[in-house]
Amino acid sequence: MQIKVNEQDHTVGTNDSVGKVRDRLKADADLLIVNGFPATAETLLNDNDQVVLIRRGEIPDAEELDALLTARHTPGVHGIIKGSTIGIAGVGGLGSSIAIALARTGIGHLIIADFDVVEPSNLNRQQYFIDQIGLPKVYALRDSLKRINPHVRVTACHLRLTPHNLEEVFGHAQVLVEAFDLAEQKVMLIETFATRFPDRPIVTGSGMAGHGPANTVQTRQVANNLYLCGDGSTAAAPGTGLMAPRVGVAAHHQANAVLRLLLGEDPVNEGKV
Amino acid sequence: MEITFNGKPREIQAGISLQEFLDQMKLDCMQVVVEHNNNIIPRQRLAETVMQTGDTLEVIHFVGGG
Repeated sequence: MQIKVNEQDHTVGTNDSVGKVRDRLKADADLLIVNGFPATAETLLNDNDQVVLIRRGEIPDAEELDALLTARHTPGVHGIIKGSTIGIAGVGGLGSSIAIALARTGIGHLIIADFDVVEPSNLNRQQYFIDQIGLPKVYALRDSLKRINPHVRVTACHLRLTPHNLEEVFGHAQVLVEAFDLAEQKVMLIETFATRFPDRPIVTGSGMAGHGPANTVQTRQVANNLYLCGDGSTAAAPGTGLMAPRVGVAAHHQANAVLRLLLGEDPVNEGKV
Repeated sequence: MEITFNGKPREIQAGISLQEFLDQMKLDCMQVVVEHNNNIIPRQRLAETVMQTGDTLEVIHFVGGG
């Protein structure tokens, strides 16, 4: 029968165990994963199984790394998303977390755009480090993304997005992620992109300030091709700050909505779009 | 005339534009996205877009933070 081992095709005996395959192909592997889940050596294999054999602590070569990074993915997901291009407008609290989640997922190409630089007040919720203070956020984030997954192509645009440059920056994005801070900027981005590319989905964030219940943050379809993640109402304002937990909840709602859209699934309910 | 506004039927004055409707509802066009009959309308076209009976209008209000 045919199986995949570290993304390569192999022929093995009917109902061979994972241990037998390991002994033949990578005897020093000490982490065995079958179809995205850790397995014991005794686990029996079936036709078309996807096996990943990992030697803990070993830095694999570039070709093998891509397979190993996604060993815990649901099978079939990686092939679809590594050919995808996603645009992220703004890489503050929402955008930096969304970019990291999508890079870990193995998105092929991320286009990130932001005019800002890393400041100490960002570190309470944004995915930057003290040694990155003063750097343009898009370059700091690009460096971090490359450390997580070198196979993700990152286009970093250090500029202020306007109705005039939006098409040039995000013309290749299949899905646009709105991750700005100001309401007026969110509206400008959505109006401009939706008018120019009405068939492409936009995933936006609105209402994630404070430390109210995480369960009030939801993903909703609010227009034909517009998905909104957040509680829809809690604004950043005097007395209501922005903090890592709730901003992170909204950011990961957005990242999951992107993933579901790429896989042809409805971001809000079970099932296809 | 009747339109559907944010999923519910609503009586509005005949012949008014999207901008006039937003003004009557005291909605700030800088902080809302307007979807008219499944198309998102940029703010510079709100004044010239006149509503008809049976139209579907979604107005999504945005708040700051991110």
